[in-house]
Amino acid sequence: MSTPLIELDNIEKHFGPVIALNGVSVSVNAGECHCLLGDNGAGKSTFIKTMSGVHKPTGGRILVEGKEVKFDSPRDAMEAGIATVYQDLAMIPLMSVTRNFWMGREPQKRFGPFKFFDFATANEVTMSEMARMGIHLRSADQAVGTLSGGERQTVAISRAVYFGAKVLILDEPTSALGVRQTSNVLATIDKVRKKGIGVVFITHNVRHAMAVGDRFTVLNRGKTLGTAARGDIKAEELQEMMAGGQDLAELEGSLGGTV
Amino acid sequence: MADTTQQAAVPDKDERVREMSPLRKALIRPELGAICGTILVFFFFIAIARDSGMFAPEGIVNWGTVSAQFAIIAVGACLLMIAGEFDLSVGSMIGFSGIIIALMTVQWGYPTWFAIIVAFMLAMAIGALNGYLVIKTGLPSFIVTLAFLYILRGLTIFISIATTRKTIIGGVREVSEGDPLAGLFGGKVLSGVFVWLADLGIVGKFVAGPRAGQPVVDGVPMLMVWALALIIFGHILLTRTRFGNWIFAAGGDTQAARYVGVPVNRVKILMFMFSAMCATVFATCQVMEFGSAAADRGLLKEFEAIISVVIGGALLTGGYGSVVGAALGALIFGVVQQGLFFAGVESSLFRVFLGVILLLAVILNTYIRRMITGER
Repeated sequence: MSTPLIELDNIEKHFGPVIALNGVSVSVNAGECHCLLGDNGAGKSTFIKTMSGVHKPTGGRILVEGKEVKFDSPRDAMEAGIATVYQDLAMIPLMSVTRNFWMGREPQKRFGPFKFFDFATANEVTMSEMARMGIHLRSADQAVGTLSGGERQTVAISRAVYFGAKVLILDEPTSALGVRQTSNVLATIDKVRKKGIGVVFITHNVRHAMAVGDRFTVLNRGKTLGTAARGDIKAEELQEMMAGGQDLAELEGSLGGTV
Repeated sequence: MADTTQQAAVPDKDERVREMSPLRKALIRPELGAICGTILVFFFFIAIARDSGMFAPEGIVNWGTVSAQFAIIAVGACLLMIAGEFDLSVGSMIGFSGIIIALMTVQWGYPTWFAIIVAFMLAMAIGALNGYLVIKTGLPSFIVTLAFLYILRGLTIFISIATTRKTIIGGVREVSEGDPLAGLFGGKVLSGVFVWLADLGIVGKFVAGPRAGQPVVDGVPMLMVWALALIIFGHILLTRTRFGNWIFAAGGDTQAARYVGVPVNRVKILMFMFSAMCATVFATCQVMEFGSAAADRGLLKEFEAIISVVIGGALLTGGYGSVVGAALGALIFGVVQQGLFFAGVESSLFRVFLGVILLLAVILNTYIRRMITGER
């Protein structure tokens, strides 16, 4: 196996007296979808924020393609090819798809001494990138607010991919979506993975994880409970680990295995 | 390879996406409310004040000048509002800049061009301070600039009384004779064209008095030229440049914009400075035109600017709006204010009329915006 794209080794993060992460280790290989599962409060958000440069870890090492790195800001992480798509902060609904897609990296066209936003190029690229992900826009200048939640996530994902992400972190991309939209997002994750990008898929929904995941890591109370490859573990086991054992086993019986 | 998949993919349209007629698409834009308002207002005044001289050349210059005044400060307020902030200190800034210019020229004897440059630098520094405080404290700009509304107005009156024992300083015109910058703010352009138009009989001539034989309209005031220049600049900046995209992003969602690397703080501070600059353009034009400055100039102008911007379709919370809309809002404002005077209507009704237009425009704008952005 080649060197992982990113490897986080025994990461600890303390906020004053609170220990949010107490030894989390995860690695992501090229072209794999690594699912990070955990219940609310397990430390998923803190962990991805550490990975994307928002928080600095209190202890542990981050290795990008085998080399140890320190991220001082989200910008550093982005330059190292680590892109994060946040659940709520993916897009600005009042702005057009093109304006959102290129936000912060607008292509420019020189006209005499002035530089203008090159809308012709920007619209064309946006349309074709979206079509590649299976979304057909009416026009690139329609507002993101007119898109569904799943489509918005897809715009954010294809933006990250277009701008050269090597590792894509998705923060609960399916948690607020309906069935159709969820399957669209899962299909998008599959397409991204096939391009050789490493995907970190954060979720608390085991079924969504099982649908696309290659490896699964369960977080509980700030620690990794272990990583398992696809086929080595059953959905029920994952579910149980996430919930921390017994309690759910009793529930499971009364709910008939529906959770 | 990529091209072939693309060609295969593009033609099959999503059955859920309804086709939009080109007419509907052309109509549905942020300025639609302001365009309708402008048409309505013009029809109204053509109906009630056609014979009053309102649409004769001198009448047009009259309401055009008033509209241009509103437009100058509305452009600044518009870009700032789209960036997600307010500036309530615009009116006080107008009084402040005017007094600075008058004091420096008349009282202290500096050349006018120097006084104008100093006024611009001071105003933009105060604008930057406004922005810096808003960003550093995280307080709403509404509060920070409200504080500056009082601070600046008080300071202006104090400085004026402390140095001249008056709140009105006259004599600026006399000391500015032949100044290179003064003409840029106070003069008129295209005078030759109006003489020619008068000779053709299109524009009337004075028949008696000291100016007999000269055209009644002797040129386009620089105020209008400034308004037009600022509108064009603001519109291109907002819709056609990278910086314009950052203005939208900063107001639309500060956090999302920061995550993708938009320098939100810089954008906001620059927009505060631009708003202060527009206020100073207004003040300088006014001082050069009247030849005097008064400490109470610009009272309530901040609200008139905000009203113009809102009539023009901008969202009060930022992230959405149009400079052209704001300019049309200013036009509506100016036409209504002067038109009621031409129509001989009791001037107190101006406020009633304005309130009604504001309400109608905002209701229409909200509806249009929902159609465009899918906001619920």
